[in-house]
Amino acid sequence: MDSAVWDLGYLAAALLFILGLKKLGHPRTAPTGNLYGASGMLLAVIVTLARIESETGIIGWELIVGGLAVGTLIGAWMALRVEMTGMPEMVALFNGFGGGASALVALSEVLSRLDEGNIPEGIPLYATWIAIGLSGLVGWITLSGSLVAMMKLKGGFSLPGGKWVRFPTWGPPWLNTVKVLLLFACLGFIWLSIQEPTNEQWIYGLIACATLLGVLFVLPIGGADMPVVVSLLNSLSGIAAAFTGFVLMNNVLIIAGSMVGAAGLILTFIMCKAMNRELRDVLFKAFGGGSDRETVTRTKVGSDPDEVAMLCDGIAKCIIVPGYGMAVSQCQHQVREFAEILEGRDCEVKYGIHPVAGRMPGHMNVLLAEANVPYEQLVELENINSEFTETDVVLVVGANDTVNPAARSDEGPLAGMPILDVDKARVVVMVKRSLSVGYAGVDNDLFYEDSTMMLFGDGKEMMMRLVQAMQEL
Amino acid sequence: MIVELTYLELLVAAVTVFVLAIFLGFEIISKVPPTLHTPLMSGANAISGIAVVGALLLSNVALVDGNAPLAAKLAVVALVLATINVVGGFLVTNRMLQMIAGRGRK
Repeated sequence: MDSAVWDLGYLAAALLFILGLKKLGHPRTAPTGNLYGASGMLLAVIVTLARIESETGIIGWELIVGGLAVGTLIGAWMALRVEMTGMPEMVALFNGFGGGASALVALSEVLSRLDEGNIPEGIPLYATWIAIGLSGLVGWITLSGSLVAMMKLKGGFSLPGGKWVRFPTWGPPWLNTVKVLLLFACLGFIWLSIQEPTNEQWIYGLIACATLLGVLFVLPIGGADMPVVVSLLNSLSGIAAAFTGFVLMNNVLIIAGSMVGAAGLILTFIMCKAMNRELRDVLFKAFGGGSDRETVTRTKVGSDPDEVAMLCDGIAKCIIVPGYGMAVSQCQHQVREFAEILEGRDCEVKYGIHPVAGRMPGHMNVLLAEANVPYEQLVELENINSEFTETDVVLVVGANDTVNPAARSDEGPLAGMPILDVDKARVVVMVKRSLSVGYAGVDNDLFYEDSTMMLFGDGKEMMMRLVQAMQEL
Repeated sequence: MIVELTYLELLVAAVTVFVLAIFLGFEIISKVPPTLHTPLMSGANAISGIAVVGALLLSNVALVDGNAPLAAKLAVVALVLATINVVGGFLVTNRMLQMIAGRGRK
């Protein structure tokens, strides 16, 4: 049969992807959008199998069925088992798998071309080998970078024998030079592989350099910059697929890949904007103090949950501001219980969500949704900031930099970052382990305000005691 | 009449598609509410598993004495990774969206 038929099938799949992505951007249509995407993928797989059957016949049953079955089982098992708190790690891991798959397809194509002696000349050689090189470059960076990101999000990894190793965040300034050199080495290997296409050593050199580059690229980035990295890796996994599309001259890969690339890039820029940082700075400049962090010199007397519970009695409006600390201590359920008690006493409760709170885009929304918080109560930064002046109590759970008034000044790492104006409320209650600085390394004046009450301790324990105190009231 | 496209024409067409798809991607998801940031990311990520198509094409190699050439072995690894990415990605996105949309009531 004519290959045009298959291309039309792929076009239908690409349309489903486009509609799916569009629908994923609106709350009401998002589940349909996801379904469209999945249908598009199923269609692409079916078309491909039909194409193989009609062109050469399916001769590799064992490999194809085996690969699909193993992948489906592992994928489904992981997706159904994962806790919502483990979501950032899994998104990072899947990004890596996507990039790795694209890179391996490109590598497999080179090797099978070499086996068959099917090496083009002239423009096709340049185009194909550049595509193979770029797909490998981006794909291996995505794979190794995502694995590092995943371990950073987990906090570390356990060695055989059960020893837990904290994953380091390390990046002296000279590392940037190494990264640039590695990038040039990668481009050099691509050029060499074009000059001598039969020598697969150049491709292996490229793989080694790109893998190392991916590790070094994510290694210095940590903490509050993680949402940027995770969405950037998401974008890269798409771009790798698009380059692989050029290797195979397949439009559906090019369309799907480049749209995912664009989507990831948009999210990356949203995240950067929410922190008032340039993407360039996130990638190449270590943020905040690092080792020379300002030590805490001022003191503040902590409050206890009973005091806070009494204060919360009879208030009319409360805004809860969650941060990464809520994710770490996994206290979203206690936070919701607290909110429900207040609501039962005719208090209006809302949640103020900073776009970069947490370790991936939308992290807080996912956690609170898991705890059954109605999503109408989750209010974005721009919309909630005007409401703080009329708020009786703001409860800040494990957030720091996103509520630091220092961001309003023109100096320091936080300068210009949009923050939640919690200090405008009548009383601020902060659940936090200590007075220590946040990721940006900037002392938070808010802690020391007279209107601020500190609840020192683990988020979960404190919220449990607070809920208990509220119930006993 | 049979019109054969040259490789160069195919390449230019592919580059055109690439550039247009990038612009399309920017256009269709310019404004996304924060609630959907994570699902959008994991949904888009599942779509990037489209490399499964290439992996399938390259995995179609007959086994000789239960063995396959290196190229096919790599393709099968790619097939497994891409399928995990696709199946896991769509399922987990669905789980999140059910959670977000399904529990809008109190």
